[in-house]
Amino acid sequence: MSEFVPKIMAFYCSNCATSAAKVSHGMSKTMPSNVHMIHVPCTGRIETLHLLKPFEEGADGVYVAGCQHDSCQYIGGIAKAEKRVLQVKKILEQLGIDPGRIEVFSLSAALGYRFVDIAWEMTEKIRRMGPASMSVNP
Amino acid sequence: MSDYKAGSNLEKVLKAGKFAFTGECGPPQGANITKLKEKAAHLKGCVDAVNITDNQTAVVRMSSWAASLTVLQEGVEPNFQMVCRDRNRLAAQSDVLGVYSHGIRNMLCLSGDHQKFGNHPEAKNVFDIDSIQLINVVKTMRDEGKFMNGQEIDVPPKLFIGAASNPFAEPYEFRVFRLAKKIAAGADFIQTQCIYNMVRFRDFMKRVVDMGLHEKCYILAGVTPMKSVGMAQYMAKQVPGMDVPDSLIKRLKGAPKGKAAAEGIKMAVEQIQEFKEMPGVAGVHLMAIEWEHRVREIAELAGMLPRPVV
Amino acid sequence: MIVAEAKPISEILTMVKGLKKVLVLGCKGCVTVCNVGGAKEAGILASSIRIAGRKEGIMVDVGEHTLERQCDPEYIEEVKDIVPSYDAVVSIACGVGPQFLSERYPGAKVFPGVNTKFMGGAVAHGIWSERCAGCGTCVIHYFGGMCPIARCSKSLMNGPCGGSSHGKCEISKDVDCIWDMIVRKAMDQGRLNDLLEFRPPKSWTTARDGGPRRMIREELVK
Repeated sequence: MSEFVPKIMAFYCSNCATSAAKVSHGMSKTMPSNVHMIHVPCTGRIETLHLLKPFEEGADGVYVAGCQHDSCQYIGGIAKAEKRVLQVKKILEQLGIDPGRIEVFSLSAALGYRFVDIAWEMTEKIRRMGPASMSVNP
Repeated sequence: MSDYKAGSNLEKVLKAGKFAFTGECGPPQGANITKLKEKAAHLKGCVDAVNITDNQTAVVRMSSWAASLTVLQEGVEPNFQMVCRDRNRLAAQSDVLGVYSHGIRNMLCLSGDHQKFGNHPEAKNVFDIDSIQLINVVKTMRDEGKFMNGQEIDVPPKLFIGAASNPFAEPYEFRVFRLAKKIAAGADFIQTQCIYNMVRFRDFMKRVVDMGLHEKCYILAGVTPMKSVGMAQYMAKQVPGMDVPDSLIKRLKGAPKGKAAAEGIKMAVEQIQEFKEMPGVAGVHLMAIEWEHRVREIAELAGMLPRPVV
Repeated sequence: MIVAEAKPISEILTMVKGLKKVLVLGCKGCVTVCNVGGAKEAGILASSIRIAGRKEGIMVDVGEHTLERQCDPEYIEEVKDIVPSYDAVVSIACGVGPQFLSERYPGAKVFPGVNTKFMGGAVAHGIWSERCAGCGTCVIHYFGGMCPIARCSKSLMNGPCGGSSHGKCEISKDVDCIWDMIVRKAMDQGRLNDLLEFRPPKSWTTARDGGPRRMIREELVK
């Protein structure tokens, strides 16, 4: 039996998290290939449904990487994202799915090394949880 | 022809100008009336009437009218309590007829604690009428011989009508007016919430006297002896509308080890003695919660015995 | 508006268990305004049902649709062609919606997706509070424009009970004592005398106590 490789969807902010990504890249850190990245202008605009859809489509985990609370250009973007992630955690819990399959992180250029580390950490955490859904037999 | 509205012992004592003394007794949480009879025996001869609570704190107990009858059969005059929480206007009026027909002559009209605090928080409450409206209903039944709908009553119930007053609940400014509303609606006597803040109560009574309310209605000051420091702290913090000054808790704490209850009784006795002299106060309502066996001792120490026979 | 809250998803999943095709039907009325039953929430609930199915390896076909209102027959009519193709409809309108649907589509299974709470409004973003009990005979003019029937825990009409403390109701520190507000407003306006008048018992004939209610406006009836 082949090793389970989780499918993970990551939403990241075009400001802080992107700077972090550049720093990571500069450190020659490589992203795991199972993490699909979606670049958004601000994490505050990610709706609850955007966070649910990947699970509907077969993702095993989702995370949001945004700014620090005091450095969001749009003032409260990351705070909104945190609330929506919390809402999705509650929904997952009600569906009997581990709420740890969705997380939110605050990054900055100074925390650049974290950008890639988070992707590996999420991959490892979700690999241990196993698949979020059974293979669908229509 | 009697000059009395209902002719209860309590009414007679008050009308004769004697300083009244009432007690309180909670019906059992079951159909076992042995303990109820024991409580009644403790109170017999010590008080002029005994309040029989109606599912107090929204905890299910034997119905207040049934427990009132038991107490009456034991030779103690009951003050039948009725809360608006559990009865609509049909049930309220029929219970009034029922208790009167069995010889009950005092009734206390209350809104009732919200069921949220009780042992059946899932219950649907009634509150068809409020306590002031209930007072007026009972008065209309008695004095006009009519039900709420105006229909004549065949033998109207003659009850001595009581109401409660909490001088310490907020908004303070309105409390004396609410008391006035209860009196205007038909209350013959008032029993207050337990008093611990004597400064505030004196101020309240001054307003009552200034408005002449004490001439329209008998006001009985509420007293509950503190059994322990824990009870005082609970009353201070957990019971809405209760005003327990820090000085009182301090005094209880200062009592020698194992003597807090004795100190509580001493404090209650001092209060009763002050109420005897306080303008506008016509008596004391002693709510010795599960302490019926100590009522005689308190009554004796406070010089309330023997009770007058009118 | 009529304020509702989402039912626990587990409860909805129990209702639709074993069904292959489910329609989540939103409403653009009150429940959209209180963020529980509009198009957005229909999307979230539909997605949640699909995810739950997927978890069990079952592909549930969940449709989403949102009507202008679910309390008018003309809008209910809009889904006449799609309702028969579904095994069940989960209405996330207030309690009126699923009933209008049940009446119009007697063959359909209709489930409620929300718990209808009260008539009220948003006191802050994300916080709603009850204002009206729908008693059928408004009396708020006696109480400074505030309703003790809906907002006093005991529906007292003659003043605050003994449990009022620091402006809060005895049942919870999260509940304002409406009588405290009524009294303070009257005092501020120098109109305390208005509150000293005895308010007689209310007739509940116009409230739900008088039986299920109905209203006819002759000039509007076709």
